[in-house]
Amino acid sequence: MTVTTETRAALVPELSGTTGRRAPKDTRVPVAVGSTAVLLLGALYCLLPVAWVLIASTKDASELFSTFTFAPSTHLWENIVDLTAYRDGLYWRWMANTALYAGVGAIISTYISALSGFALAKYVFPGKATVFRILLMGVLVPGVILAIPQYLLLAQVGLTNTYWSVLLPQLISPYGIYLARIYAAAAVPTEIVESARTEGARELFIFHRIGLPMMGPGLVTIFLFQFVAVWNNFMLPYIMLGDDRLFPITVGLSGLLNQGASLPSMYTLVITGALLSIVPLIALFLVLQRYWRVDLAAGAVKA
Amino acid sequence: MTATVDDRSGGTPPPTRHPRAARARRSRKGALTPWMMLAPGIVLFAVFMAAPIFYTLALSFQKEQVKGLGLGGDSRTREFAGLENYVATLTDPEFLASVGRVLVYGLILVPTMLGLALLFALLLDARRTGAKSFGRVSIFLPYAVPAVISSLLWGFLYLPAVSPFYWIFEQLGWDDVPSLLSPGLVTFAIANIGLWGGVGFNMIVMYTSLKAVPSDIYEAARIDGASERQIALRIKVPIIMPALIMTALFSMIATLQVFAEPTTLRPLTNSLSTTWSPLMFVYRDAFTRDDVYSAAATSIVIALATFAISFFFLRVVQRRAFGQED
Repeated sequence: MTVTTETRAALVPELSGTTGRRAPKDTRVPVAVGSTAVLLLGALYCLLPVAWVLIASTKDASELFSTFTFAPSTHLWENIVDLTAYRDGLYWRWMANTALYAGVGAIISTYISALSGFALAKYVFPGKATVFRILLMGVLVPGVILAIPQYLLLAQVGLTNTYWSVLLPQLISPYGIYLARIYAAAAVPTEIVESARTEGARELFIFHRIGLPMMGPGLVTIFLFQFVAVWNNFMLPYIMLGDDRLFPITVGLSGLLNQGASLPSMYTLVITGALLSIVPLIALFLVLQRYWRVDLAAGAVKA
Repeated sequence: MTATVDDRSGGTPPPTRHPRAARARRSRKGALTPWMMLAPGIVLFAVFMAAPIFYTLALSFQKEQVKGLGLGGDSRTREFAGLENYVATLTDPEFLASVGRVLVYGLILVPTMLGLALLFALLLDARRTGAKSFGRVSIFLPYAVPAVISSLLWGFLYLPAVSPFYWIFEQLGWDDVPSLLSPGLVTFAIANIGLWGGVGFNMIVMYTSLKAVPSDIYEAARIDGASERQIALRIKVPIIMPALIMTALFSMIATLQVFAEPTTLRPLTNSLSTTWSPLMFVYRDAFTRDDVYSAAATSIVIALATFAISFFFLRVVQRRAFGQED
C-alpha cells in the first residue's frame, strides 16, 4: 500500500514539470509596479461581478434599484428565507439536482473514461488506432448540436423529462478518454502491469488496484473537467426537461429571471439564488486548485 | 516497484497455476480484455454521439408532407427531401444574419480573450510581477461560474438602474449613454460575458505550458543581454505556440455554439431576437416551429463548419500528442 502511495506522490512533480524550474526564493528580484498593476486590474475585473452579487444579495427588492450599487444592506438572511420559501424549497431541490447531474454524473463519467483510457494506453490489440481515432473525433463534435437529436431519440423510448435524460448523455466524454489515455501512458509503467500479470493478477484487478491509484491526480482533473462541463451545459437540460422539479440550478434560475420581467420582486430571489449557487463551486475550485495547476498541464502541454 | 505487486498478490503465485501456462491461457482471453474495458465507453459513444449524428443526418434529408386537411393521425408522412432543407437554411436571411452576428461576436471575443490570457500568463511567468497567486486565482475564478449565472450577473450590471457603470457615467456628466444592451452594443455585452468566463481558463492553459519550459533557456538569453520583454515575445510565445493553437481552436468552437448567454439575457432586453445565434435558430426551428427537419439540416451545417475549422488545427495538434507510449 505504502509503496503505491509513494509512487503516486513522486509522480506529481514529474507531471507538472515544475521542479527545479523556480530558483530559490532568496534570489528574488524587485517587484515591477507596471506588470503587477496590470495583473491586479485583471483580477479586479474578474472579481467585480462576484463582489456585486455578494452585495446585491443583501438588498431587498426596492433597495436593489434605489441604493448605490456597491452599498451593502442587511437583508441577506431574509432573502435566503424568501428563496427557501419559494414553492416549498424548489430552489434547494435544484441544488440537489445539480449535485446529482454534475457530481454523480462526473464520477461515473470519470470512471468510464479511466477504463477506456487505460485500455487504450496499456494494451496492444487490433483496431486500437481506429477506435481511438473515432473517439477522438467525438472531442470535436459540439455537444450542443447533439442535444436535439438526443432529445428526439430519448423521446422515442419515453425517457425525456426524467433524470436519466440529463444524466445519461453526459456520461460519455471523449475528451476525458483522451486525457485518461495520456495519464495512463505517462503514469502507469508497463513493467508493473506486466509483472502483476505474471503474478497472476486479473486484468480488472490490475486496473482497479494499480492503474486507478497511479492515475489518481489525473483522474481528479478529468472529474473537474466533466463536472464543469455538465454544470455548464445549459442547452441539454433546457431541452430535455419540462418538469421544473427536475431542473438543475442553471435552468431554474434562468426561468426565474424570465418571470422577473413581469414581477421585479423575483429579481432579489434570482440574485440570492445566483450567489448561493456559486459559493460551493468556488469553494470546490479553491480546494482543488492544485489539480488545475498540475494536471491540466499534463493534458494541455502534450496536446 | 515490484514490491507493490508482491504485497498484493501475496508473494508467490499458487502452485497449481504455472506462470507460463497462466499467461498462455490469458493471452487467448486477453484479446478480449481491452474490448471489455472499452465497452462502456463505446456503447455510450454509439448511443449518445454516433446515433444522434446519423439520426440528424437522416432527418436533414427528409420533410413532412401533410395530406388532405392534415387531420387525423396518419395524415402526416415523411418523405425524402434531398437537399431542400439545406438550401432553405443556407438561403434563409435570418440564419445568415445569425451567422454574421456570431462572426462579429467571435472576432471581438477570441482575439481579446486570447490576447489577455496570454498577457496574464506571461505576467504570471515573469520574474518581477507581484501578487501572483492572488492574480492567478482571481482571474481563474470565473471559470467556476456557469454561463447562465455569469450572464445573469452581467445582465444586472448592464441594467441602468442597477449598474455601477451608469453611476460612473453620471459622475462624468454623460447623460445620454445608450443602454449597454441596446442593439448596437449587445454583441459587445455578450462578448464581455464570454471574455469574463474564458480568459482565466485560457490563461491557466498557457501558464502551465510556460512553466514546462526549462529555465536555462531564459538564463542564456539574459546573459546575451535580452530584456524580459524580448524574452517573453521572442522565446516564450513561440515555445508555447501549441498551447496557443489549442486554446484558439477550443475558443472558436465555443464561439460558434453560443447559446446560454443570449438566451439568459433575453428577458432583460428587446434587442435579442429568438434567432440571435445559429444555435438559437436551431432551437426555434425544432421546438417553437416543430420543424425538426430544418433544425437537423441547420445542425449539420453548423457541425460541418466546426469540423472545417477544427480539421486544420487537429492535424497540427495530433502530431505532437502520442509519441511516448507503446
